[in-house]
Amino acid sequence: MFSASDLRKGLKVEIDGAPYIITEFNFTKPGKGQAIYNCKLKNLANGTTLTKSYRSNDKLDKPELAQHVLTYSYKDGDHYIFMDENYAQISMGADELGDARFFLVEDIEVEVLYHKGRPIEVVLPTFVEKEIVYTEPGARGDTATNVLKPGKIDTGYELSIPLFVNQGDIVKIDTRTGDYADRVLKKAQA
Amino acid sequence: MPTVSDRHARLDMRSRALMSIRRFFTERDYVEVETPVRIETPALELHIDAEPSGDRYLRTSPELHMKRLVCEGMERVFQMGPCFRRGERGRRHSPEYTMLEWYRRDADYLDILDETRALLSRVCFDCLGATEFVYGGQAVTMSGSWSVLNVADAFVRWAGWNPVETYDADRFDLDLVEKIEPALPTGVPVALKDYPAEAAALARCRPDDPPVAERWELYVAGMELANAFGELTDPVEQRRRFEACAAARAKLGKAAYGLDEAFLKALEQGMPDCAGVALGVDRLVMLMTDSATIDEVRAF
Repeated sequence: MFSASDLRKGLKVEIDGAPYIITEFNFTKPGKGQAIYNCKLKNLANGTTLTKSYRSNDKLDKPELAQHVLTYSYKDGDHYIFMDENYAQISMGADELGDARFFLVEDIEVEVLYHKGRPIEVVLPTFVEKEIVYTEPGARGDTATNVLKPGKIDTGYELSIPLFVNQGDIVKIDTRTGDYADRVLKKAQA
Repeated sequence: MPTVSDRHARLDMRSRALMSIRRFFTERDYVEVETPVRIETPALELHIDAEPSGDRYLRTSPELHMKRLVCEGMERVFQMGPCFRRGERGRRHSPEYTMLEWYRRDADYLDILDETRALLSRVCFDCLGATEFVYGGQAVTMSGSWSVLNVADAFVRWAGWNPVETYDADRFDLDLVEKIEPALPTGVPVALKDYPAEAAALARCRPDDPPVAERWELYVAGMELANAFGELTDPVEQRRRFEACAAARAKLGKAAYGLDEAFLKALEQGMPDCAGVALGVDRLVMLMTDSATIDEVRAF
C-alpha cells in the first residue's frame, strides 16, 4: 500500500485493478486545510489518462508488476517469438507489442513490463538498424537533408527518409518516435 | 528552464518588494518586530506540522508571539521573516518560506482587507510601475475594487452544498481545491470570507445564525496569497480550541505540541480587539514575476 504522502511523479499505482503511472503531480494545501495531492495518471495497459486528487489519509494499492528482459528470435505467422532469461520461448501477438513489432530485429533485447502476468509495455533499445527495402530513387546529386521521401522497411513500416537514402541502405530508427535518425551503411554499388 | 540571470532578475524584484513592504508599514506607523524563530510551542493547527530544532521547534508562523506584543499594548506591529512547515513541498509550497504578518489594534477583519488592498497596489506599483500584471496568462488589476465572496455563497454556487450550515472537513478541503478555486472570478483579487465556525482557526466567531468565523483568504490569479482573522481574544474559547486541536492531532497520530501557556496568560490579562494578516511573500514575488514555481523566486 502507498499512502498519499508517498505519491510522486513516476510512481506506479493500481486503481480499480488497473496499473497506472503518475505523469504529473502537485502538492497543494488550501489555507489551514489538509494536504491535497493532485495527480494526473496514465493507464499503463491502454494509455488512457485520468486526473485524481488524494487526501493525506487516502491509501493506494501497489500494482503487481514484473519486468523481464526478452530476446527477440523470429516471427511465426501472427506471433512474435522471444526467449526469456531461462531460454524459455515466449510468444506475443501484434496487439500486445503495439508499434514495437515494426522495429524488432533478430537478437535484440527488449524490456517487457508485466502486470499480473500480462505484458503491458514493451521497451525497445532507443535505436535499431533496419534496411530500406523499398524507396524511389532521389534526384541525382541531391544531398539536401531537409527534403524527405517515403521509405519502407522489412516489417512493412513506412517512414520519411532523406532523398539521398537509397533502397538497400541501412538506416538507424528512433524507436520512441519511429523516425529516421541516421544512415549507417550505404549499399555497395553494383 | 530559467537561467541564472532570470533568477537574478527575480531576486532583484524580490528585494524591491521587501523594501516597498517595509516602506508601506513604516509610513503607517507600524513597528517592525522580530520574534523568536526557535520556539517551544508551535501554534496548534490540525494540518500544520513543525520542524523540530534541538529541544524546540522552528516556528510555523510568528502569530502567537506577535499577539503577545499586541496584548502588551503595541498597537501596530509587522514582521517579515522565515517560517517552516514540515513536509510541505509543491509548486507553491516550500518547507522554508518567507511570511509577512501584521496586526493592528482596533481594526476588524474587513478594515484590514482594505489595508491589504492598499499594500498590494502600492507594492505592485513600486515594483512594476503599474498596478496590473499578467500571471500565467491571466491579467490581474490590484487597484480598484476586489471581489469579496462569502464562503457559503461560493460553495452553494460551485459545489452545491453549504459548509456553514453542515460542516464536513474532508469534503470542504477537497471541494475548495477542486471546485471553488478554479471557479473564482478572474481579473481582480478575490477574498473568500466568513468561514464555517469549525474552520475558524484563530478567528473570532460572529453570532450570526449559523455563526461564521471572521476570517478571509485572499486569492490572486487563483493563487492563495493571504489569510486574515478578526482575532479571537477570548482566553476560555482559545484554550478550548487549542485542547480540541491537540486531541484531534493525537487521534491522527500527529506530533503532540504543548499549549502555549504564555500566550494564553496574555489573553487572560486582556487582548484588545485587533485584526491580523499572514501573507506569503514568495508567492507575491511569484505573481509579480510570472513565476510558475516558488523555487524560482528564492535565492537557493
